[in-house]
Amino acid sequence: MALADSRVNVNLAGLSRNDYKGMPSTLCQGCGHNSISSQIVAACYELNVRPEKIIKFSGIGCSSKSPTYFLNRSFGFNGLHGRMPSLALGAMFADTSLRGLGVSGDGDTASIGMGQFKHLARRNTPMVYIVENNGVYGLTKGQFSATAEEGLELKRQGINTYLPVDICMEALVTNASFVARGFAGDPKQLKTLLKAALVHVGLAVIDIISPCVTFHNKENSFHSYQWGKDHEVQLHDITFVPARDEITLEDFEPGSTKEVTMHDGSLVILKKLDKDYDPTNRFEALRVLEEADQNSTLLTGLLYLKPNAKTLFDHYNLPETPMNRLTPDQIRPSRESLADINEMLFLQE
Amino acid sequence: MTQEEKQEMVKEISSPERIINNFVITFGTVNGSGSATANTMIMRALFDMGIPVSGKNIFPSNIQGLPTWYTLRLSKDGYLARVEEDDIVVAMNPATIRKELESLVPGGVLFYPDDLKFEVTRDDIVLYSMPIKKITKEADVSLSLRDYVANMVYVGVLTEMLGIEIEAIRKALNFHFKDKEKPVRINLSIIEAAAQWARENLKKIDPYYVERMDRTHGFIMTDGNTAGALGSLYGGVEFTAWYPITPASSLAESIHEYAPILRRDKETGKDTVIIVQAEDELAAIGMAIGAGWAGLRAMTSTSGPGISLMTEYLGLAYYSEVPVVVWDVQRVGPSTGLPTRTAQGDLTFAHFLGHGDTDFILLFPGSVSECFEFGWSSFDIAERLQTPVMVLSDLDLGMNEWMAPQFEYPDRPMDRGKILWEEDLQNFLEQHGVPYGRYKDIDNDTIPYRTLPGNLHPNAPYFTRGTGHDENANYTEDSEIWLKSMDRLKRKFKNAVKYTPQPEVVENGSHIGIITSGSASFPVLEAQDILSSRGLKTDYMRIRSLPMHDEVKDFINRHEYCYIVELNRDGQLHQIISVNMYDTCLDLRKVAKVDGMPLSAKWIVNEILKIEEVKNGVSR
Repeated sequence: MALADSRVNVNLAGLSRNDYKGMPSTLCQGCGHNSISSQIVAACYELNVRPEKIIKFSGIGCSSKSPTYFLNRSFGFNGLHGRMPSLALGAMFADTSLRGLGVSGDGDTASIGMGQFKHLARRNTPMVYIVENNGVYGLTKGQFSATAEEGLELKRQGINTYLPVDICMEALVTNASFVARGFAGDPKQLKTLLKAALVHVGLAVIDIISPCVTFHNKENSFHSYQWGKDHEVQLHDITFVPARDEITLEDFEPGSTKEVTMHDGSLVILKKLDKDYDPTNRFEALRVLEEADQNSTLLTGLLYLKPNAKTLFDHYNLPETPMNRLTPDQIRPSRESLADINEMLFLQE
Repeated sequence: MTQEEKQEMVKEISSPERIINNFVITFGTVNGSGSATANTMIMRALFDMGIPVSGKNIFPSNIQGLPTWYTLRLSKDGYLARVEEDDIVVAMNPATIRKELESLVPGGVLFYPDDLKFEVTRDDIVLYSMPIKKITKEADVSLSLRDYVANMVYVGVLTEMLGIEIEAIRKALNFHFKDKEKPVRINLSIIEAAAQWARENLKKIDPYYVERMDRTHGFIMTDGNTAGALGSLYGGVEFTAWYPITPASSLAESIHEYAPILRRDKETGKDTVIIVQAEDELAAIGMAIGAGWAGLRAMTSTSGPGISLMTEYLGLAYYSEVPVVVWDVQRVGPSTGLPTRTAQGDLTFAHFLGHGDTDFILLFPGSVSECFEFGWSSFDIAERLQTPVMVLSDLDLGMNEWMAPQFEYPDRPMDRGKILWEEDLQNFLEQHGVPYGRYKDIDNDTIPYRTLPGNLHPNAPYFTRGTGHDENANYTEDSEIWLKSMDRLKRKFKNAVKYTPQPEVVENGSHIGIITSGSASFPVLEAQDILSSRGLKTDYMRIRSLPMHDEVKDFINRHEYCYIVELNRDGQLHQIISVNMYDTCLDLRKVAKVDGMPLSAKWIVNEILKIEEVKNGVSR
């Protein structure tokens, strides 16, 4: 045993990849959500985050089941359909040194949960908010979701007549401070986006096209593996450089990259692929999304980033000690103070 | 006959002797006219004179322009319940003066502005007209303030005509304006001018007088929402999320108001309570449950419609065992109902809340003092039992000003329940013989241990879910495990009586009981005295919480029959007791109604006597 242990690779937190794993997935073979779970494990391992420093949240649906399939050593709360944001917001106040990691789906976010999602963004609640977006209700067996494209034909539902909701656009117009789109079929880029999201201080929304192999994987539809592979256009080649790493910019051709410094000092380096793109320009982000829609492409990458936006916690004057570790005498006012209160209430002496 | 001769006649028939400190004044005004300040001023002045006094604001769901009434009851015997008739009316609203004329008792008094045109439909009342416009015009105030200070004219006239001490008025003004010299001076000068005018121009022919007493010593004056907010702050509330709704908003707003005084660390300047105005009640309860789960003392406050929206999350908190405190300041439903009127209409709803088999601990504060007490004790109960606790207050208690004994400091240390931190987990196996599991009943007392996010011990984390789970919080659909866990939750709920407030019982040696809860107890206590004076002695029980204590069953079993008095249509407390005592033959008699107004002792007495006559053939 001792021999085997010494062969296990550990990260800077002294943990092996196994320490980041979850229960075996009960989702379908080939489900896009499983590859996202793997990338969450990889990103957290490589970032050297202790799993105990992460809280997982989810709503209801196939996507929301997935938090049990990664980070067993993290606390987690699987809440109500569409109402994970409120649950997370309340819990995050208990210890602001923890990182929130929410997993939702397109039904959970774009239908029942639209309101809470938008308000989470509006408050810039510091957490990662992943939408595992497949355009279909899987757990209830194949109904259209609000992100399904107009004209989509599904076996039992017929033809979708409504226009789709674009989760990235919704996040942008509601002032989310980090907005990205990923594709479950592009794990390398996804892992990088996840790392950047995990160090972002503020709400990081990642809309991940994550095909449903059972109910919605026809090659000509927007949420399928095949369509994604054929139509994915990366906005840039994205690299994440952790704060502690020395970087030599000589690795990159001058003028071909754009760097954004994250709150903790880490760098996101975006290498130009086709055109220049400035991820700090919200108007640009909306424009490229609209353009991608018109050109029928799956545009992926970091669409928008505002590293130092005021977060929810900045509006409060919170103690240094995590609130959930305050002692009774720190939260119960003194006996003497009650005499003053009675006085303030017109006490007759 | 001239008006003066008529008035002389009224005097002869109506005032054989003085009526002191025992009458009702109603102010009929238009909402948004700033009359609340004037009315509270009079109430505080009377309170300061040692006279037991209670005030009820009857207001519309509107901001400006609709009729509003404020009723002040002076009761030398200390009764605080609503009375149906008025002795004195100050009629400032032409639109409602007819109604107010009718509400006056024979020999009653009507004060009205001298430019108010109306038909005098009564010849058995005393009329005093007041030159409101003239006095306001003569006062040295800016045009914009005139409407506002017009109310001070009737304060002045009443001060003179009833004999309110000007010093008491001054104290009330100083209190209201927080000792700011200028507004106190302006208002006082108008009050004094009006009083002087009354002294010189009105001839007192009515019998109503106030005189200094000593019945308010050691008392404070506040509303139930302020009391609940203060109680919560003394209970160590760390997180509250809320969404505006009448009549609950002022509870959260009061937390906002008092938090900087009570919960800002003197040394570090840091706040130990977080207040979030949520986007709706669905989110407010989600936030509170998230915070409660993560180890904060968490609460939300709302009214019936909000509870409807919070139902699903409360079911999750019940099943996943998350502590949270929910205040329901009840108003009249169903639907939007009468949103500015009081009711006890959410009892069965709260008791049976949620889909599937659920149970919720309910607390029924019966006074502002209890709003304070339950404000802090509700957190101890919720955290000890790891379950939601609902506090059912109501609009009458929550929004009206009440005199009450000064608040008492919590009489026991804070109970945070079974929480494990890193060092506790380090020794857990050694101490308990089994490893920690979130839902294991290790102490055999139905209550498991819990760990909180931020606990860095590798055994601390667990995954909370509303789906079927085993003792280690892992997903399961196993029948045996489901049965076992739901059985434990049932036993845990029954055990709650160890921690929840017992009923208040007053025995007078009768075979008849009167059972009530919450603010309905005020008219019940008065009704008991009236019934007793008519030869019907009754015993009293006020239920203060659910699940039902054995004492409740004992009381019912001890009595031949019981009346259950409550402010709803269906007799909801009656229903809950019946459901809980399904195996006992009961004679429980429903005395229930809801019409937007608090119950009166007179109505309760009449109802009880009617039933006595029908069932027992006794008429009194």
